[in-house]
Amino acid sequence: MNDAAATAAHPAKPVPAGAYLVPLAVLLLIVPYVASAYQTILLSYGLAFAVAALALNLLLGYTGLLSFGHAAFFGAGAYAAGFMAKYWNVGSMEVFLAAGALSGIVIAALFGIVCVRYTKIFFSILALALSQVLWSLAFKLFWVTGGTDGLRVPTPTLLGGFLGTPADKVAFLSHQYYYYTLGVFAICAGLMWLILHSPFGKALQAIRDNEVRAEFIGIRVRRYRWIAFVLSGMFAAVAGTLWAPLNGLATPEALYWPFSGEIVFMAVLGGFRTFSGPIVGAVVFNYLKAYAVGRTEYWQMLLGVVLVILVMAMPEGIMGTLARIGRRVRGEG
Amino acid sequence: MAQLLAAQGLRKSFGDNRAVDGVDFFVEEQRLVAIVGSNGAGKTTLVNLITGLLIPDEGTIVFAGRDVTTLPVFGRIKAGIARSFQLVNLFDLMTVLDNVRLAVFTRENKTHQALRLADRDRESEDEARGVLDDFGLTDKWNVAAGGLAQGERKLLDVALAYALRPKLILLDEPTSGVGTREKGQIMDRIESVVRSRGLSAVIVEHDMDIVFKYSDTMVMMHEGRVLAAGAPDDVVRDERVATMLGRTAAR
Amino acid sequence: MATLVVQALNTAVYTAVLFLIAGGLSLVYGVMRVVNLAHGNLYMLGAFVMAWAAGGAAANVAPPLLLLLLPVAGVTVALVGAVIEPTLLRPLYDRAEEYQLLLTFGLLLILEDAIKFVFGPTPLSASTLWSSFGPISVLGSDYPAYNLLVIAVGGVSAVLLWAFVYRTKFGVMLRATSQNRKMAVSLGINVRALYVLAFSIGCLMAGIAGAVIVPVQGAVLGMGVDALVLSFVVVVIGGLGSLEGALAGAFIVAVVRTLAITFFPELELAVLYLMAAAVLVTRPAGLFSRSSS
Repeated sequence: MNDAAATAAHPAKPVPAGAYLVPLAVLLLIVPYVASAYQTILLSYGLAFAVAALALNLLLGYTGLLSFGHAAFFGAGAYAAGFMAKYWNVGSMEVFLAAGALSGIVIAALFGIVCVRYTKIFFSILALALSQVLWSLAFKLFWVTGGTDGLRVPTPTLLGGFLGTPADKVAFLSHQYYYYTLGVFAICAGLMWLILHSPFGKALQAIRDNEVRAEFIGIRVRRYRWIAFVLSGMFAAVAGTLWAPLNGLATPEALYWPFSGEIVFMAVLGGFRTFSGPIVGAVVFNYLKAYAVGRTEYWQMLLGVVLVILVMAMPEGIMGTLARIGRRVRGEG
Repeated sequence: MAQLLAAQGLRKSFGDNRAVDGVDFFVEEQRLVAIVGSNGAGKTTLVNLITGLLIPDEGTIVFAGRDVTTLPVFGRIKAGIARSFQLVNLFDLMTVLDNVRLAVFTRENKTHQALRLADRDRESEDEARGVLDDFGLTDKWNVAAGGLAQGERKLLDVALAYALRPKLILLDEPTSGVGTREKGQIMDRIESVVRSRGLSAVIVEHDMDIVFKYSDTMVMMHEGRVLAAGAPDDVVRDERVATMLGRTAAR
Repeated sequence: MATLVVQALNTAVYTAVLFLIAGGLSLVYGVMRVVNLAHGNLYMLGAFVMAWAAGGAAANVAPPLLLLLLPVAGVTVALVGAVIEPTLLRPLYDRAEEYQLLLTFGLLLILEDAIKFVFGPTPLSASTLWSSFGPISVLGSDYPAYNLLVIAVGGVSAVLLWAFVYRTKFGVMLRATSQNRKMAVSLGINVRALYVLAFSIGCLMAGIAGAVIVPVQGAVLGMGVDALVLSFVVVVIGGLGSLEGALAGAFIVAVVRTLAITFFPELELAVLYLMAAAVLVTRPAGLFSRSSS
């Protein structure tokens, strides 16, 4: 997506993350001690979704590809945990994560071969169609996947039991599991940040801005798109694996295409042109949805209205708008 | 002077339109060749065939002793062929420095590095800044490419191709869309950069003053064929060319 | 033999409905280059309007008269479309096309709950209308007469649409605008009005599709989201922007679905989505598209 005019004079400078990182980290670390168990678990959900939104944005904000099929990877990550638990009798979170990452890589590698030949709307629809293949299989092959009932994902052991055993589930989820999620989130975010600021990341941005020119600079566009797709799928699957123990279940809803739409919503809400946008968007969306579901049975309409307003009036999202205000305040206009 | 590029018998058609119809085209080392001709003569198609955007229906292209006729784009770039575009083609959301540095990265095969910070690569940054100096774009290093003036954008487009350290650089109308004084400035820069590094250049150009001032060889194309080729003074004296130029001037 | 006749007729019914939905989606894309993710929910709206009106009135009114509600449901949805296009879609035409996907996704969410709000959370039925038509004997087998009506509606719509697009002056303007918008504007065509009309017709088709099928299968929340993906499959196979393609695609999907349900029901949906992916890979413009997208 190319709105060069909007950012012509100055490249979008995100609100300088460095200044905020330390106080933010401190805040995140003390959450279980100042907030209720419910709030902490809610934030854990937000962090898991943040990883998914970051993964999506690797493709959207940095490579210029809008995927409406990321539920495939997220759901695959969740089901990987479910399969590990049910068929291999495994309870270790590390194994869950490895299985999730692997499924993400394999599925993204396969889907990617097909998807990266296209751009724009065809890419989006193709990703959607392929993700529906997985959904329909999860739905119909009920003797393997549990059908609409889904697969149970038991509370896993973390670091081989080093962090204590999940005796009291709620306390475990709101303390040990929360810190674990925070840790995995930090690692994933850090890795993605590094990747996107590396020479490879620059090449992706070039592909986003001008794929013909990128080709003529010597970048193998299709190959790099595929690699980005695989990376994105892997991280999205890890997000799904993180989410599964919180939800307790891996269900077809996590593979259903409107959920892909929610992940896109998160990235756009936060601002897909910045690195931190998707993180903010995911956390805010999660709170928004939880609030809406609690208040009204018409929460979908509320979210829909927010999205419409976002697209019409605030397309740069939260972080993008903050950056714009920051520029104005600094007098750069 | 050795022959760097030898294209022979090139043909390319789009449906009924014979864009390039039996063209022989040669470039010697360290020479600046201008391709001229009216719109639709096949100039851009020829450039597209040489740079790999199109594959010819017939004919061969030999570059530095190697048959590159069907080589894909990235292969030709590795071989030493680079180009700029008629309609400026940049990475608008990235800074000027990032644009050039990216070309340096690809040339140095660093684009697969995903776990190193691009900004920490001193070597590539120095080289990119060097290229910006050569093209007079040093002050604008931090500006998004989309925010440059047209003349600067044209220069950046050429700089990108140049940063790939090609042996042959093809520039499609590098001075179109800018005023006369700027045209001269752009061409001065291009010429000095090309001559000082010993590159060969092919320039598609409409402005005959520029052709006369800067090129060693002039190739005139018409309706997909080469009408005449040689030193600009000689070519212009060729009867067929004179009629063609007279006709285009009258139009 | 009996089941073959029944299966063939079922396929025809499915083709008719799919054509109506996908045809609307395709028309809108062909003219306006808009992919409307909320299109499925407009189909659902048509279904609910018809079910509510027909189901409620069934006891007092003779069934054939209830059929008059079909166009009413269709027109209701068309009017909704006529409001949506100028207010929400028009501002986005100058922006990157991904924004339409986002906006229409938002519309999808809004419509889902709007329908729930107006018609309630429980499924609605118009099955008395369906059963009141009784069975008819076709080549020796008994078949619901209402289903034949669905096929007829599909067929008539296809013909009317074809005539409209290829035989009327308006159709000429429609085709001109879809091929070259700027040219159309400079020829004095009121493109804005055209867009509203084209979008409304697309919505009309979706609405009629929902209305005509609801006596057979009922109106359930969530049916729009399912239908949307299927209509994508249809237009991908047939080619976005082509009415003939929508018809051919609908037929192919209907046949594959009938076969799949009979022989490997678990893979029914998966096969369809894979088929769409396969077509997108081999002939991205669709099997029948004439347009160069």
